[in-house]
Amino acid sequence: MKNIQEVSRVTIRFAGDSGDGIQLTGNQFTRTTAIALNDLSTLPDYPAEIRAPAGTLYGVSGFQIQFSSQNIHTPGDEVDVLVAMNPAALQSGLKSLKKNGIIIINGDAFTERNLRMANFSENPLENGFLAGYQVYPVDITRLSRDALEKIELTHKEKDRCKNFFALGMVYWLYNRSMDATVEWIERKFSRQPIWAEANVLALKAGRNYAEATELFATSYRVPEAKIEPGIYRQITGNEALTFGLIAAAAKARRNIFYGSYPITPASDVLQYMASYKHFGIKTLQAEDEIAAIGAAIGASFAGDIGVTATSGPGLALKSEFLGLAVMTELPLVVMDIQRSGPSTGMPTKTEQADLLQGLFGRSGEAPIPAIAASSPADCFYAAYEAVRVAIRFMVPVLVFSDAYLANGAEPWKIPDTEGLPEIEIEFAKAGEDYAPYLRDPQTLARRWALPGTPGLEHRLGGLEKQDVTGNVSYDPDNHEKMVRLRAEKVQRVGEFVEEPEIYGDSRGEVLVVSWGSTYGTVLTAVEQLRKEGKSASFYHLRWVNPLPKKLETYIRRFRRVIVPEVNLGQLRRIIRSTYLVDAVGFNRMKGQPISVSELKQAIEALLEEKNNGR
Amino acid sequence: MADNIPVTTKSPKEDFASDQDVRWCPGCGDYAILAQMKKVLPEIGVPREKVVFISGIGCASRFPYYINSYGFHTIHGRAPAVATGIKLANPELSVWIITGDGDSLSIGGNHLIHLCRRNLDVNVILFNNQIYGLTKGQYSPTSPLGKVTKTTPYGSIDRPFNPISLVLSAGATFVARTIDRDTKHMAEIFKRAAAHKGCSFVEVYQNCNIFNDGAYRLLTEPETKFDQVLYLEDGKPLIYGKEKNRGLRFNGFETEALEMNESAENKDLPVHRENSENEAYAQWLSRIGDVPGLPVPVGVFRAVQRPTYEQLSEQQLAGAIQKKGPGDLKQLFISGDTWKVE
Ligand SMILES: Cc1ncc(C[n+]2csc(CCOP(=O)(O)OP(=O)(O)O)c2C)c(N)n1
Ligand code: SF4
Ligand SMILES: [Mg+2]
Repeated sequence: MKNIQEVSRVTIRFAGDSGDGIQLTGNQFTRTTAIALNDLSTLPDYPAEIRAPAGTLYGVSGFQIQFSSQNIHTPGDEVDVLVAMNPAALQSGLKSLKKNGIIIINGDAFTERNLRMANFSENPLENGFLAGYQVYPVDITRLSRDALEKIELTHKEKDRCKNFFALGMVYWLYNRSMDATVEWIERKFSRQPIWAEANVLALKAGRNYAEATELFATSYRVPEAKIEPGIYRQITGNEALTFGLIAAAAKARRNIFYGSYPITPASDVLQYMASYKHFGIKTLQAEDEIAAIGAAIGASFAGDIGVTATSGPGLALKSEFLGLAVMTELPLVVMDIQRSGPSTGMPTKTEQADLLQGLFGRSGEAPIPAIAASSPADCFYAAYEAVRVAIRFMVPVLVFSDAYLANGAEPWKIPDTEGLPEIEIEFAKAGEDYAPYLRDPQTLARRWALPGTPGLEHRLGGLEKQDVTGNVSYDPDNHEKMVRLRAEKVQRVGEFVEEPEIYGDSRGEVLVVSWGSTYGTVLTAVEQLRKEGKSASFYHLRWVNPLPKKLETYIRRFRRVIVPEVNLGQLRRIIRSTYLVDAVGFNRMKGQPISVSELKQAIEALLEEKNNGR
Repeated sequence: MADNIPVTTKSPKEDFASDQDVRWCPGCGDYAILAQMKKVLPEIGVPREKVVFISGIGCASRFPYYINSYGFHTIHGRAPAVATGIKLANPELSVWIITGDGDSLSIGGNHLIHLCRRNLDVNVILFNNQIYGLTKGQYSPTSPLGKVTKTTPYGSIDRPFNPISLVLSAGATFVARTIDRDTKHMAEIFKRAAAHKGCSFVEVYQNCNIFNDGAYRLLTEPETKFDQVLYLEDGKPLIYGKEKNRGLRFNGFETEALEMNESAENKDLPVHRENSENEAYAQWLSRIGDVPGLPVPVGVFRAVQRPTYEQLSEQQLAGAIQKKGPGDLKQLFISGDTWKVE
């Protein structure tokens, strides 16, 4: 008799060798969970090595998912269930496992050699090391081979199905239907029926094994969450950026020119864009990041929407051209998918440490508007809005994402394409009295005149421009005027875009201000504190330049301001200097998102200060 | 231009003259190049609004300001990158890249070779004065060994690039050289470059009379030039000299210069073929000028047809649309696995 317990929130981590199909397993579990109408958030973490040697700690590939009957915003700090396909996966997964958490282990992989590679001096299954957890060692390799006895595949080939065996067990544990995965396998392997059959058999065998052996005393059910009606799909941050650009191009009825140079974690975007040529997307894998942005600028000059993406080191290479884009006032979108630095740093790991580089890392006074995506799906809207602003204001726009958003995925409610804001372009027309630097009085944008248009011949360049005419000018007063105009134009973007709303009361004890991918973590922490009756509110920036007007108002209405970031305090520095407020930081640089519980403690400490007489 | 030597010259009243004061030093070879360009442009059959001049940074790179067409004075060394975007965005434009020896071969060397390899249909005009002009006289990647400049007080120990050899190996499909003092020849070469479909590269020997005066004196003075310069002509043997009485031929792996008496037939001399598929031939030609005692070839080294980059790019776009139909946003969004929440 099955004993089913209802729970509201669960975090599972699948982990194994990079060859174990962990990402695929995680994606299947995610999809099934979404169809079961739970809210969810996922975090894949791949090894940096392409083919890391089997069994090593650094070769562990992980996939974490949190799902719930309530709204959730992070992949979870603490893991309820760890599926460890080998000792290295166990070793690296233990530190985030809850007390009394469940561990499902592939016992076959606990060989002496694997144990040694995972830094276990003894077998943890035998020496009581795992006391305090619910441990389920299962001979997953052997059992899946048995299940595939009749299939004509070699042992080695059969072993590639063992991830589905593990998935089958987890499906049983959470009372999930296998239909979606079976259907997916059959579709995916429609041309290799033997593999379709083998994978389905392994999946079912895993589930049957859990059922027949009464492996787990209890199984769990997570009730449906209240989710807005609509059509959904899973989307990663990098896919969402791609879709956002394509949607913006379609709305603007212009081609996108996308120039880029491969760099983790931005390469996907070039790969995706290259496959959407039928949307009029032109892609160039340039010889370096400099050429990539240069070509994008050239394309914008000639009437396409120039876009480039990179990560921190590439952004550094682009800085001189960014200055040229500021000077020539052409529309351009530059996306920085941040990763851990400095230098090559930890290329596959996340960080938010390019904020100051992005905002200030250029010669001269070269301000540019910058928008930061807050979740994988939000990357869609960030890219879209960046294009809209770039065109409207004739400016380069920076989009911040990071490795966490780029690879992370969440359900995305597919938007109604008609509902997306319009993107209108009005080019200067042949025969009009054209002055290249004559500005729209409201936006301060100059007019875009395309080569090929008779009568509008003009020269752009990096030398200082005379106001209105755009002729080269060394006049001192003109230079000061132009520096101020370019800065003012960026400020005016603030009047065009929507300002974010505060979460929680608009005055109180502690205000948490954040930007970018920390959104989910901060929201969760503040949500929990408010449930506990604490006076904490949350203001998450969307545009990091210009800053929203409301920010100052809110900052004045709270006793303390804290700025959590995955860097040493870059936004905090800006906030302190802009508003002369004693904002404190909460800073973690571990190549991972910050944890909810740690952040909560930091906010609580600030809340308690008052009692200590501050 | 050595900074702050503003010189105003009256622009000739031609279609392509801009209203900007030309600010090169008096006597600079750049003037002759500008004059020929303005003369040639009305003859290439492209209306002014479809002509785009793109440059990097340097004296030479001021050029776009002086031509009344579309222009873009970009950043040091990177004009080829900007040109690539322009040409892919609008293949109909006639795109000219104006660059210096430092601009294209030092800071922008990478972009130049990739431009050539892609065979983008643009015309690169390299003003080679063997010196950094704008920054006032440092040696450049084409300065000869031993050259004494402000940054090489003991003489340069860097071997120079041979720009023609470089772009040939990088895959440029039209490669030529001309000299600022030979204006007629220059005009002809510009026209040929404009007419060529593909990446055209023209090296112009340009005199910087302020920081490197006379670098090409032997090639331009009447007493010496006939023996120092070999004018390449398609279908003709490699002959030079005032009386056209000297010729070049292979001798084993070496190049041999021979005197011919008037009656001599030149049958055994190699005949110049611009479109020879054998790139080694053009490479050989390009190195002749480096050999002491041999003349410097000018003219068209190579002119071959290859599909251009923007053609291929357009074809792929059209092919994708033909195969998949024009992109449909709604379809895109629901591609992959979707589920419905009621
Ligand atoms: C990034 C950068 N580095 C250096 C410079 C300074 N700079 C300007 S032009 C130039 C060299 C120009 O030499 P060349 O390309 O031969 O052109 P010329 O002036 O001789 O025509 C240098 C080093 C610059 N403008 N930008
Ligand atoms: S190349 Fe030489 S002569 Fe010509 S403008 Fe520059 S510094 Fe003057
Ligand atoms: Mg030079």
